[in-house]
Amino acid sequence: MSREVMEYDVVVVGGGPSGLSTAIKLKQLNPNINVCILEKAAEIGAHILSGNVFETRALDELIPNWKDLNSPIKTKVKKEKFLFLNKNKSLSWPTWLLPKVQQNHKNYIISLANLCRWLAEQAEALGVEIFPGFPASEIIYNDDGSVKGVATQDMGIDKDGNKKDSFESGIELHAKVTVFAEGCRGHLGKELIKKFELNKDKDPQQYGIGFKEIWEVDDSKHEEGLVMHTAGWPLDNKTYGGSFIYHAENKQIFLGYVIGLDYQNPHLSTFDEFQRFKTHPSIKKMIEGGKRISYGARALIEGGLQSLPKMYMPGALLVGCDAGTLNMPKIKGSHTAMKSGIIAAETINEFIKDNKDLSSYEEKFKKSWVYEELHAARNVKPSFSWGLILGIIFTGIDQILFRGKLPFTLKHKHADHECLKPASEMPKIEYPKPDNKITFDKTSSVYLTGTNHADNQPVHLKLKDKDLPIKYTLEKFDEPAQRYCPAGVYEVQIENNIPKFVINAQNCIHCKTCDIKEPSQNITWVTPEGSGGPRYGNM
Amino acid sequence: MKILVAVKRVIDYNVQVRVKEDGTGVVTDNVKMSTNPPDDNAVEEAVKIKESGKATEVIAITIGEEKAQETVRKALAVGADRGIHVKADGILEPLAVSKILQKVVEKEKPDLVFMGKQAIDDDCNQTGQMLAALLNWPQATFASKIEVKDKSLDVTREVDEGLETISVNVPAIVTCDLRLNEPRYASLPNIMKAKKKPLEQLSATDLGIDTKPRIEQIKVEEPPKRKAGIKVGSVAELVQKLKNEAKVI
Repeated sequence: MSREVMEYDVVVVGGGPSGLSTAIKLKQLNPNINVCILEKAAEIGAHILSGNVFETRALDELIPNWKDLNSPIKTKVKKEKFLFLNKNKSLSWPTWLLPKVQQNHKNYIISLANLCRWLAEQAEALGVEIFPGFPASEIIYNDDGSVKGVATQDMGIDKDGNKKDSFESGIELHAKVTVFAEGCRGHLGKELIKKFELNKDKDPQQYGIGFKEIWEVDDSKHEEGLVMHTAGWPLDNKTYGGSFIYHAENKQIFLGYVIGLDYQNPHLSTFDEFQRFKTHPSIKKMIEGGKRISYGARALIEGGLQSLPKMYMPGALLVGCDAGTLNMPKIKGSHTAMKSGIIAAETINEFIKDNKDLSSYEEKFKKSWVYEELHAARNVKPSFSWGLILGIIFTGIDQILFRGKLPFTLKHKHADHECLKPASEMPKIEYPKPDNKITFDKTSSVYLTGTNHADNQPVHLKLKDKDLPIKYTLEKFDEPAQRYCPAGVYEVQIENNIPKFVINAQNCIHCKTCDIKEPSQNITWVTPEGSGGPRYGNM
Repeated sequence: MKILVAVKRVIDYNVQVRVKEDGTGVVTDNVKMSTNPPDDNAVEEAVKIKESGKATEVIAITIGEEKAQETVRKALAVGADRGIHVKADGILEPLAVSKILQKVVEKEKPDLVFMGKQAIDDDCNQTGQMLAALLNWPQATFASKIEVKDKSLDVTREVDEGLETISVNVPAIVTCDLRLNEPRYASLPNIMKAKKKPLEQLSATDLGIDTKPRIEQIKVEEPPKRKAGIKVGSVAELVQKLKNEAKVI
């Protein structure tokens, strides 16, 4: 089937911080370079979810006068707290005893979605063409195997794969360089990493799932500029994770929880751990009487330098968390993602102008402050595989005494999907019922995300083996998809005593957790029809 | 035949609308906005009529703030020939909108004016009707099927009793129902081409229309939360509860 073709110098897949920074920098370096950005969400920002305490370093380099351009970066961090929780009590850790990477006094509390909307305006003003609602669904290769570009998703296909009256064929976008900026576990990035063996000799990638809610609270409970993190309860010593509580502008609190996807107990429900966390007295008192106005979840990268794949290949680059540039101990990835985009743009500019090889991307990256940061951070996450307490002790030594300069590198030993133990060997977890004031169920939560997918379209969560969930995963792991999915997409329904695996793909909030955690890697996330998925506001 | 299609920018139908804390309206900051869904049907129908050779030009018009232009661009991307944006800020009531449309109709002299049956934000369902009165044109509202005849239209309307088919003489106003058609997707190349199609800028002031609201909005508040339902054990208990507790029988 021949599709219409559009030619660009550079095609960027994904309108998040890294993709937008790539496009902006390219236009700054050479206004004549044609750049377009494809975005699967209905508008830029609608699929962006992040804490977010923002370090401005990369933005200072990209748009030095951002303060004069009415950017949505307004709330300076004024106060910091770190708490260790047990079931009913909390222990406040003095902030001067926190590693330097966890100190935030120069940073801002922002909505990353709003920052992306603003970056998109800057990009468009420079002449970048942005196409929201167009997922790149397929990679196009040249005969020599190099990346030629991408194709957008066909629109108007029914659930059986037939063309509807409204059918609109996808088109091919060809480029000199294609930049993949899909964020954590991008489905095309995943294909490229495999095809070009970009992760050869690297540790398996590590992921987490991050939840976020926005609460509107009473003035008396709001302390604009307060940044708080917790570790400990409700997670056990073996499970990696913690919370964030950011008091943002407009009496809003950004409240969230991150859980490492290397957890072992298939009975663990990431959503319910987050809900339960909010019932801790020191958290509950902050949001009690307030109103939850937003909910969302997204997988994030935790592997750091050991798991960072090679970021260049013939005809294409990976930027941001499509590769995995997040700095885990800093709990920040936006500034590193943006910086990787800036470096990618510099590389592409030299490639187009002087025909300099794309491999210079890696050289530039290694000389940059991102690499320095990630190098210093590299041993923190793996040390937590020894448990929370040993992890903290090691991190104290590594980060405070040695500032990340210990002469060895710890390894990530397992991919997250290999970590689950059989359900029969692990304790069941009783989660309290939602009270609909502080804690909620998945249905009412997903409702707040504004998620929709046009009905009558193919299911975008593909099973390699459709019998496996019931025949194997249910028996061995009690089908954990029911519990790791933050949107209630997966259900095991019993009909006439026969269990049936149901995929409610319409609920999918595009977090990619199933693609990561399914123990047999049986679920593949592919792009649904354009504009599908959540409609996040200021997440 | 020339068709003018009116489109309105509203909060996207998937967004969970939130009332502002001070009760002055609903939150629109950082909220996804889209074309009012039945307006998409109106555009689709006009484009289809043009494609069948029965119309010569489709003009899309929107009234509102700067960003409302997006809705005209979208109409241009799915087949409208040119656009008009009438700039007007603040709350626009149906009367002001229909007066602006009247001025544009007098200028453009279309044979048909299409629009959605109502907008999903204020649910007024008045603009088409008011415009018909102002122009003294026939109107066909809630169209679920349109057949173009020589100098008239056969329009099927969804009414409480079923389907009603009426015939209206051209020029006429038609307000469109969601079941009229399935709007097409804008393709990427067509979005690019739409950027080059002409979009005329006017303003309500230029047209001499005062858009100041005539209705004072006192307060906006959320509907009360529904109480959770209960399960009853038997029909007798249900009847007893309906009688004594709900007091409806």
